[in-house]
Amino acid sequence: MEIIVASSIGVLTAGGVYLLLRLRTFPVILGLALLSYAVNVFLFASGRLATNLPPVLSPYGDASYTDPLPQALVLTAIVISFGMTAVLVMIGLGAFLEADSDQIDMEPEENGADAANEGSA
Amino acid sequence: MGLGGTLLLLIAVMPFAGALLPGLMIRAGRNVCAISTAVPTFLALTMLVVLAPSVMQGDVVQAQIEWLPQLGLSASFFLDGLGLLFAGMILGVGLLITLYARFYLSGEDPMGQFYTYLLLFQGAMLGIVLSDNILLLLIFWELTSLSSFLLIGFWKHLPEGRQGARMALAVTGAGGLAMIGGMLILGNIVGSYNLTDILAAGDQIRASEWYLPALILILLGAFTKSAQFPFHFWLPHAMAAPTPVSAYLHSATMVKAGVFLLARMWPALAGTDAWFYIVSTTGLVTMVLGALIALFKDDLKALLAFSTVSHLGLLTMLLGFGTQAAAVAAVFHVINHLTFKAALFMTAGIVDHETHTRDIKRLGGLRHLMPITFLIGTAAALSMAGIPLFNGFLSKELMLEEASHTDWFGSAYAVPVMATIGALLSVAYSLRFISHVFLGPVRDDYPHKPHDPPFGMWAAPALLVAMVVIIGVAPFLAEGIVTAAANAVTGADLHPHLKIWHGFTPALWMSVIAVAGGIVLLLLHKPLDKLWIAAPRPEAKAIFDRLIAGLVSASRAITEIGHNGAISRYLAIFTASSVALGWVAYSSGGLSAPTRELLPVSPVIFVGWVMLIVATLSVVTMHHHRFRALVLIGIIGLSISAGFAYLSAPDLALTQISVETVTIMLLLLALHFMPKITPKESSAGLKLRDGVIALGAGGGVAALAYAFLLRDIETISDYHLANSYEGGGGTNVVNVILVDFRGYDTFGEIIVLGIAGLVIYAVMHALLDGPAARRLKNTDYSHDRSRDRHPMMMVVATRVMMPIAIVVGAYIFLRGHNQPGGGFVAGLVIAIALLMQYMASGFAWTQERQRMEYHTMIGLGVVIAGLTGVGSWLFGRPFLTSDFTYIHLPPIEEFEVATAMLFDLGVFLTVLGGVMLMLYSLSRIARFAGETVNVDPMDYDPADRITDEEER
Repeated sequence: MEIIVASSIGVLTAGGVYLLLRLRTFPVILGLALLSYAVNVFLFASGRLATNLPPVLSPYGDASYTDPLPQALVLTAIVISFGMTAVLVMIGLGAFLEADSDQIDMEPEENGADAANEGSA
Repeated sequence: MGLGGTLLLLIAVMPFAGALLPGLMIRAGRNVCAISTAVPTFLALTMLVVLAPSVMQGDVVQAQIEWLPQLGLSASFFLDGLGLLFAGMILGVGLLITLYARFYLSGEDPMGQFYTYLLLFQGAMLGIVLSDNILLLLIFWELTSLSSFLLIGFWKHLPEGRQGARMALAVTGAGGLAMIGGMLILGNIVGSYNLTDILAAGDQIRASEWYLPALILILLGAFTKSAQFPFHFWLPHAMAAPTPVSAYLHSATMVKAGVFLLARMWPALAGTDAWFYIVSTTGLVTMVLGALIALFKDDLKALLAFSTVSHLGLLTMLLGFGTQAAAVAAVFHVINHLTFKAALFMTAGIVDHETHTRDIKRLGGLRHLMPITFLIGTAAALSMAGIPLFNGFLSKELMLEEASHTDWFGSAYAVPVMATIGALLSVAYSLRFISHVFLGPVRDDYPHKPHDPPFGMWAAPALLVAMVVIIGVAPFLAEGIVTAAANAVTGADLHPHLKIWHGFTPALWMSVIAVAGGIVLLLLHKPLDKLWIAAPRPEAKAIFDRLIAGLVSASRAITEIGHNGAISRYLAIFTASSVALGWVAYSSGGLSAPTRELLPVSPVIFVGWVMLIVATLSVVTMHHHRFRALVLIGIIGLSISAGFAYLSAPDLALTQISVETVTIMLLLLALHFMPKITPKESSAGLKLRDGVIALGAGGGVAALAYAFLLRDIETISDYHLANSYEGGGGTNVVNVILVDFRGYDTFGEIIVLGIAGLVIYAVMHALLDGPAARRLKNTDYSHDRSRDRHPMMMVVATRVMMPIAIVVGAYIFLRGHNQPGGGFVAGLVIAIALLMQYMASGFAWTQERQRMEYHTMIGLGVVIAGLTGVGSWLFGRPFLTSDFTYIHLPPIEEFEVATAMLFDLGVFLTVLGGVMLMLYSLSRIARFAGETVNVDPMDYDPADRITDEEER
């Protein structure tokens, strides 16, 4: 099971990073979504894996439970990463509508004009 | 800290507090403004006079306030003889400059600003001379650089002013940086940043192997500030400042800060060969070079600037000698130079003010037109030349006396000869100042007809010249302060006697040679000047400009390698370096043996894993088809929530699945306005690079995860498990952590989510006001719009579903404290139910039935959560302490009510409001883009067979 989880995290990260390095906004957003999955699972896994031991207290005698703290942290992380994705989507959409292009890199600048202004003033 | 200490603190604070006044008082007129500047200075000076008698007797006044004791930084001040001398000069000349500037500045100059800067500078300067902590001293040191930048560049419209200010800041700022390093080394050697401790540990410092680096760094700071060769070039360019600034900063105070530092550090650093050769040689070269250049300058202020450079060199040289007699001479010359040089600057300012030129070649004969100015200027210049009965003579004699028996690399003549040449040049340029400006025939081509200025303008230099003459005739009057200051510098108990006649000493003969030679040089000035102009010599400003330009282009080149506007490049660099750092961390540590067994893999899970991997790889390979990629993302999210459910995290599974739904809806809505295909534009090389980085990152993260999954850790969760029921009143530990144990975190997080919603709303509004609005209006989206947008089956189904969904949401919310669920999930479930109405029945129809603004919902949620937390204050408990009780209402079973539930209600409302506001914003854009408004739930009857054309 550990191999399954670790490899999933790895594949999600690799895919996320690759898409993050693309040149258009939409793949970058997708990459970020994949990376969010990877990070959330990673954080969750820091509580170690367990099956059939949910952290809901049982009224019957001594039961063991999995670690609840990472779960609580990941729960808010999932919601927050949704918020972040939403903001990015909106900014990406806005940029596309304003500039008619969804490229994320700026065009290389012409530095000649800047350098010429440097000497005066 | 007695009365003396309190007064000392007040002195240090006074200029800064006073700096608030002039900017306001200028509204009441220029006189009031000047007076409001003079008052704090005068008060500080009075307090200094009160403290003076005891300090003159050798007492040291101290005051200390702890500031950052962890860093060894305290706001501590002390006043000894040296501090008294400099503080007196700073405040006294400050007062005179305030008076002079009142008449010098024209009506168009922003006087309030000027006086504010002046007081700021005065405060910084006072701080330097009074600090008892070297870190504090460094702060004030930098403050003088900054405030002098403002003062030098005061006339912002003059390019020379701006360039001069920049140059001064660059040079003195760079020196200040070096000095910080030196001071920190010093503090480390001694183990204390207190100046008093450092001065007492001179032997320890000189014996340390770090002595030389510390010395060189500190000297860099002092030499740049005091314009010593080869850093002398900034001072003449700083003369673009208004003349009161030149008189104050560049003769009396700021440039003396370096000299002050040398004197202050004398007990700790002086007395070694390194000190002697570096300091005295630099001083000697500066003295001669400055005097030589001064002789050939035609601009009055430039002449005075280079003469100042020369005299600062003289002071540096004296301190470099390292003998007690030389220290006395240096202290005495500080006073004398202050009096005659400030008077000369003010004279130059008066001449400039009256004739509208500072060019010596256009002046001459002014003695008839400006007799008072002539008297003042002549007396001050004679003192600068070192003529008997003026005070400059006395300290120059002391200097020559010291020089006459100084051995330099085995040569007994080098220093005396050079010192005599320096004095000779000094005589020459001083006499030139008198003869070429005031003597000679009256001309008729002055740019402006000159006459003596009003009393207010010449009062200040006249007072200074009176001191020049009084000290020159009766030097014993200055003995007290010179003794106190010299004792503070050397740490010895000296009793110097200042007198005019020492007998026929070598110094006297050197003086005679200097005066005679100076007169000869002046007579030969015309041919020499031609020679000087013809001779090639390096132009410091050009070199400096080239150097700066080189630095700028070098740093630009370096910056542009990493920072060229391509975000993908930054991200690549960032990811690659993170991987590299991880590798470094791994290879420098080790791994302990695994302590956990592998869990078995069930076939279902294996299938899910294959699904996840295939979906992820497909997203990567097929991301060009954006809709397809979205579907695949949905599959990944579902697999992950299934995984959460399997691995004992029901809360996470619920949250993940509902967030997944909302995210996909959001992306679908956004994709409607964006290109549906990503063009294939990455080159093979780029893909390979990104692939390598991605594989590195993925492999690293997977290895890390695998490594820690096999090892146990100490967890703090046992506390949460043990106290969840008794302390928090809930059996779902995850929920209790969220709303109780770590409620403060959750409170912050819902605020973030609310802000994200509002940001999206704001961006939407900004878009609809800008060029994007036009694009939206003009783009035809109708071709990809189904005419059967609100199908009857879906409308009916969602309406039936709505109450059920709300009941489910309420149920999930209510049971959240004890079973999987809670505010987050409930908020998302209700949001999905509402979204379904938007999708099925249309925007306008749903909007009409909306009773509460989403903004209000966000605000209300945050307020409820906050108030719940504040509520616990009423019972004297910390923020967000929760309480609970059990209620028994027949016929319902006994149930529990907890304040945490109220908090969860806040979470619920914020999540619902935030999510809905985001999607609402996107549908606003859709509506703007021409989405038709339907009022009826089912706006299209297929039986009518309306065509596209008719619909428009």
